[in-house]
Amino acid sequence: MKTSLRWSLFFFLTPVLLWLFLLIVLPHIDLLIMSFRMDTDDGKTIWTLSNYLNFFHEPIYWLTFVRTAVYSIIVTLLTLVITFPLAFYITKVVGLRFQGFFMTIILMPFWVSELVRVYGWMILLRESGVINHFLLKFGLLRHPVEMLYHDSTMIMGLVYTSMLFMVVPLISVLESLDDGLIEAAYDLGANMWHILFKIIIPHAVPGIVSGCIVVFMLTLGNYLTPNLMGGKNSLWFTEQIYNEFIASFNWNQGAAFGFLLLVLSSLVIWAGLKMSGQKLSQVVQ
Amino acid sequence: MIRTLPNSRPYTIGFKIYIVCFFVFLFAPLLITCILAFNDSQFPSLPWKGFTLQWFTGNLPDRVGIFHDEINLHSIWTSVQVAFFVTLLATTVGTCGAFLFEQENFRFKQLLYFLMLAPLVIPGVILGISILLFSNSLGTFFEQHLHLELDFLGPGLPLVVLGQFSFITTLVTLVVSARLKKFDHTLEEAALNLGANRFEVIRYITLRFLKPAIIGSAAVAFLMSFENFNTTLFLVGSDPTLPINLYLQVRDGSTPVINAISFLLILGTSTAAVANLYFSRKRKD
Amino acid sequence: MQIALSVQNVIKKFGDFTAVDNVSFEVPDGGFFSILGPSGCGKTTLLRMISGFIEPSAGRIEIRGRDMAGLSPNKRPVNLIFQNLALFPMMSVAENVAFGLQRRREKKEVIEQKVAEILARVGLPGFGEKKIHQLSGGQKQRVAIARCLVLEPAVLLLDEPLGALDLKLREQMKVELKKLQAQVGTTFVYITHDQSEALVMSDKVAVMNSGRFEQIDTPPNLYNNPKTPFVARFVGDNNTWSGRIIACTQEGPGEIVAEIETAEGERFRVRSTDRFAPGAGVDLFLRPESMLIEPDADIADLNRFQVVVKSILFDGANSRLLANPLTADTELLIALPQNRQYDYIQPGDKIAIGWHAQAGICFPKV
Repeated sequence: MKTSLRWSLFFFLTPVLLWLFLLIVLPHIDLLIMSFRMDTDDGKTIWTLSNYLNFFHEPIYWLTFVRTAVYSIIVTLLTLVITFPLAFYITKVVGLRFQGFFMTIILMPFWVSELVRVYGWMILLRESGVINHFLLKFGLLRHPVEMLYHDSTMIMGLVYTSMLFMVVPLISVLESLDDGLIEAAYDLGANMWHILFKIIIPHAVPGIVSGCIVVFMLTLGNYLTPNLMGGKNSLWFTEQIYNEFIASFNWNQGAAFGFLLLVLSSLVIWAGLKMSGQKLSQVVQ
Repeated sequence: MIRTLPNSRPYTIGFKIYIVCFFVFLFAPLLITCILAFNDSQFPSLPWKGFTLQWFTGNLPDRVGIFHDEINLHSIWTSVQVAFFVTLLATTVGTCGAFLFEQENFRFKQLLYFLMLAPLVIPGVILGISILLFSNSLGTFFEQHLHLELDFLGPGLPLVVLGQFSFITTLVTLVVSARLKKFDHTLEEAALNLGANRFEVIRYITLRFLKPAIIGSAAVAFLMSFENFNTTLFLVGSDPTLPINLYLQVRDGSTPVINAISFLLILGTSTAAVANLYFSRKRKD
Repeated sequence: MQIALSVQNVIKKFGDFTAVDNVSFEVPDGGFFSILGPSGCGKTTLLRMISGFIEPSAGRIEIRGRDMAGLSPNKRPVNLIFQNLALFPMMSVAENVAFGLQRRREKKEVIEQKVAEILARVGLPGFGEKKIHQLSGGQKQRVAIARCLVLEPAVLLLDEPLGALDLKLREQMKVELKKLQAQVGTTFVYITHDQSEALVMSDKVAVMNSGRFEQIDTPPNLYNNPKTPFVARFVGDNNTWSGRIIACTQEGPGEIVAEIETAEGERFRVRSTDRFAPGAGVDLFLRPESMLIEPDADIADLNRFQVVVKSILFDGANSRLLANPLTADTELLIALPQNRQYDYIQPGDKIAIGWHAQAGICFPKV
């Protein structure tokens, strides 16, 4: 019994260890090392802080970084505000018969590749796009307007892409809220706003935190949507990383950027968990 | 307020309007993408010039439908191959992980569990570049010290498979773990009591119990791999997967062939979603 | 005495289904009124109409003489104790109790004082800072009651609040609830499917079935003088025995005695609810404890017959004999007092049974 148990531990542990060490731990250590290295002109590789110093000296770099962070927070909050009523409607308001139906159709678009969804927005919004076509046709516009490539369109696109990751934890946390609590509060004289702020939101905090963490992380690391929907001036930090790696072929600089993004993302997640007093394992469930 | 409470008319109507707006927002881009796949025009835009299937079946010099579009067909095939291997690897290792974390006890289990969750909160772009860096470092190491040229360590499909595998496995582990948590351990004890050894128990009892979760997570793994963009972007070599290929086309100007591909993807994924729902309902009954 | 709650001809329909069918009753101030019925009889719907969660399809609900039509639950002077208590887990005990007072925008000091007072009154002084999950079942119960009582409602509605407790605690809480109600003097309207809860605590009980009230009465009357077969069956245990009328005689004002013959050919004299024509089919209801085992031969006016004991169902003070009349396999439950007098009875024994005509009752067969 004892020996066979050890045997099975070894059997399960090996692939998991290989996976986590070869593909997660070592690559990230390598990322950290690379970010402190630099190729000199005479072909040597030396230890240096210059990759990080570059980041702070070049306003374009850290401005993009700050912009990305701020916009990610805006996107996260917007997503929360937009999806919360929806999650509430599906779990608490709509007739029970329609609940399953709503759940299915709400999830369906998110099974479709992000690229297809962004593409859909592009053909809707661009200068020769569908919305412009209708606005011209009904005489609301005289000349077509470029609606794509603005910061606001980019934010909308990011919200659209992120909604699922907010709505799922919200629905599951609101489902666990006993209707009786809302009724009791109502019976004790509370109005809608009291119930919302005293009962529903305090109960929903775990779901809100999970959703916000995931949405923030995904928005921060998004490349496709800012790249295709954002304007020339709305550079996203992932695009900087891409440029360093693929265009400039300066992997050390790119590694430093990557590491900074990782630190930012981890910091925000950590702060979110600390604020709500949750554990990571609870959030990802 | 909720369905069991009396609601004022403005509240109910206001909420309904909100929900309708939300669903318009949710489905407009997908719907328009599908419709324009059948427009008899050189560009994916209105006006409507009549119905055509040429973007699917056409084989004219200026209109190559998707079924004759060698490059796109090839990228679909590439994606299928990648997704197949990712699914296979992720499901195997993920199931091992589930057993490891649910049924075994060892030192540093908490630490390893935390590490297992990490890929979910590391932005995909970072995963991509760190794996790229690490495999490059390994390649250099082998070349300089052992004089081995290992092609698979350079950007290319093997690396794409590993990159996607690195975070999809976490997902499989979580889904299978969730099911394994519900497993009644007395069944195992009964089987051991009836003379089965540990591996027979796993094979005949536990794995059978886990089958729905394993199949379900394999389907999700396939879809996630098929649609992955962020991680793949940095690891892909000369052989692009479908999302990368589509991205390049969308970025540099598009034709309705992309709508046609999108239509097929939407059709495929929604069929899969409905089938999944149907089977999970059936299983519950 | 002032009427705290008056329900007049209230009807509630859901589509074709009539959940509450023309129900009327009044509860005086300070009364303890119970609505007793099986699940699905419409009692929860009725309660939710009184508390304002549902609007009645027809009829009128008045609280202290004020019509409640169109008034939402948060505006009504009634409060509801929920089946699962619905205590807010995200708040402390004190915050739960203070919730309603805060909604009324009472002053902070007033709230603190009232909360402390009411917690002391329900026997939980100093529990204010505790979290809900730190409380036992009985303590949660009391917090839920305190949370409503602190608002001094005209009527307190209770929706099977003891349902979730285990048996021992339920017995204890029954007594406690009754004491508490007497002490605070608030009008209680209590719904339950547990007859013992209703009988022990209430001044008056309404028995409800399929949306209608079958009978409103004091607990002893309900038990001793059921007005319908449903009440006879639902309140307390009863043996049912079908038979036929031979003759009916009026023996006093409102007192009719019927002579009946059971299917097995036994002849009994029994109290009747009406003057039935000879030959009419009736159901005879006979409580287990109204049958005497081996009665003395000199007691007059007893219906007497013989039974064969099938088995002894020992259950302490609630022990019974399961027996058949000699000629048929109708099963009868007969109370078996545990005073050692009947220890000799064994399964298979033939014993004599006697009962008084006033102890049984017959209703027309349905």
